[in-house]
Amino acid sequence: MTSVLTKKNLLILGCILLTFVLVQVLMSVGFITSFHEITLATICINIILAVSLNLVTGFTGQFSLGHAGFMSIGAYVCALIVMRFDSVAGFLVGILAAALAATIVGILIGIPTLRLKGDYLAIATLGMAEIIRVVFLNLEITNGAAGLSGIPRYTNWFWMYLFVVLTIVLINNFIRSSHGRACISIREDEIAAESMGINTTKFKVMAFAIGSFFAGIAGALYASYFYFIKPNTFGFLKSIDILVIVVLGGMGSITGSIIAAVLLALVSTFLQSFTAVRMIFYALVLVIIMIFRPQGLLGTKEITDLFKFRRKNERIE
Amino acid sequence: MPLLSIEKVTKSFGGLTAVSNVSMHLNKGELVGLIGPNGAGKTTLFNLLTGVYEPTSGSIKLQLEEEKNPRELGGLKPYNVTKTGLARTFQNIRLFKDLTVLDNVRIAMHQNIQYQLPSAFLHFNKYHKEEDRLKEEAERLLDIFHLAHKKNELAKNLPYGEQRHLEIARALATKPVILLLDEPAAGMNPQETASLTETIKWLRKEFDLTILLIEHDMSLVMKICERIYVLDYGMLIASGKPAEIRANKRVIEAYLGEEVSHA
Repeated sequence: MTSVLTKKNLLILGCILLTFVLVQVLMSVGFITSFHEITLATICINIILAVSLNLVTGFTGQFSLGHAGFMSIGAYVCALIVMRFDSVAGFLVGILAAALAATIVGILIGIPTLRLKGDYLAIATLGMAEIIRVVFLNLEITNGAAGLSGIPRYTNWFWMYLFVVLTIVLINNFIRSSHGRACISIREDEIAAESMGINTTKFKVMAFAIGSFFAGIAGALYASYFYFIKPNTFGFLKSIDILVIVVLGGMGSITGSIIAAVLLALVSTFLQSFTAVRMIFYALVLVIIMIFRPQGLLGTKEITDLFKFRRKNERIE
Repeated sequence: MPLLSIEKVTKSFGGLTAVSNVSMHLNKGELVGLIGPNGAGKTTLFNLLTGVYEPTSGSIKLQLEEEKNPRELGGLKPYNVTKTGLARTFQNIRLFKDLTVLDNVRIAMHQNIQYQLPSAFLHFNKYHKEEDRLKEEAERLLDIFHLAHKKNELAKNLPYGEQRHLEIARALATKPVILLLDEPAAGMNPQETASLTETIKWLRKEFDLTILLIEHDMSLVMKICERIYVLDYGMLIASGKPAEIRANKRVIEAYLGEEVSHA
């Protein structure tokens, strides 16, 4: 059973490759137009952001309103590098540097703020993200409020898909490890977790750092896809957007975040033809879902649990 | 030298002294009771021992057999206290309610896990080997408390008595030297209490434990404790064998009030 090539893993790998090929084919035959492609990019980037924020907020229970701040660090770092070294290698180095820079800032911000709880932490992370935004607004290298434009475009479907899969697999693995369980125990009962030998500060900062790492990657992909970034792209509202996906999908459900990211992007694209009432409808969808599913679409369950459950029932019969 | 020595420990919250100048000790393998009326400072003392509070003054020393010098526990963080070998249960059950019974126990085993962060992310062979070991050990522990068949149920769905048992199992999963039980029989009926009594006795032998027990159920305390300490208003008012405590005038006064003298 210790082999990586179990039946289940092969099945998952098959699904992953199939999805990739399917979208690639649809793109080459022109079914997915370049207009759709923007939606696709938004979905991919939002999945990375939502899954990584879910680790912090959904699994570890640390309410963060600053995720866009880490995304912006990734975006600026990658943009600056790829503008100087205009090549695929430069792009990949940019992504790595983006992720590491976001992680370092995440740790530096996490250590002082994570001793706060609940709403206090939310306000503190919000403030930290604002500080990051204002720094970018005033730095010369980031070109202030005008932002950076003409960023070479290297992000394509292949890279986006690769990083989405990597994010999901790595965070899912982490959750299912002893370290991940330690994080979840903090959400459940911090005092009990500490009494069971869990260094709660360490694991909170760890979750925060991992979340920032992937937010940095998302920012890097964003910068190299949309040509243009400015500090206000990564403001308070972007953090809220990500949080909405996490809450809607279910705090503590990775597949929930994925489904919610896809759903919201589709709803938003579909409503683009009704410009006047677009935001009202969008908000209405959120309100309706929250009334009927306050725990989010999937709660803390995963979509794969459904299959497990069915199999168990069959065995009983 | 005793395994655990509490020397002149005081804890005050502002003007209120919850524990005042208390000295106690636990010898290896003993089963000691800590009793006292409500608000006497028993749980505060537990919180001092486990690092939830830092003593205002005094010291708490743990002398492990294999070590030369005693370790000071006062002021350590709770997770470090647990690492040195003290595990506890809580007066008002603090399980990880929305996690499975198995996960509750596995989380307590984290401090002994033998793989690092890279394995956690990439699930190397070491991960699988350790997780298998963890699961096996956790199931063995659950089996002792007849909970193995409920390992996949959420902790909150267990009946009250089983939740109490799960809390003890979880504490044992940290591989303690000393087990601190905070009112383990609270809310149990006489049959459940009787069975718990047997379990505690058996555990002490099986796991080579030293146990300190807070309890209101006098039948339980008198039956299984070798020595008893009595707290009242944060002060130690008596200590000794159950028979001595039962006859102690100050203890009776603390529980029943002073005798009214007839003029």
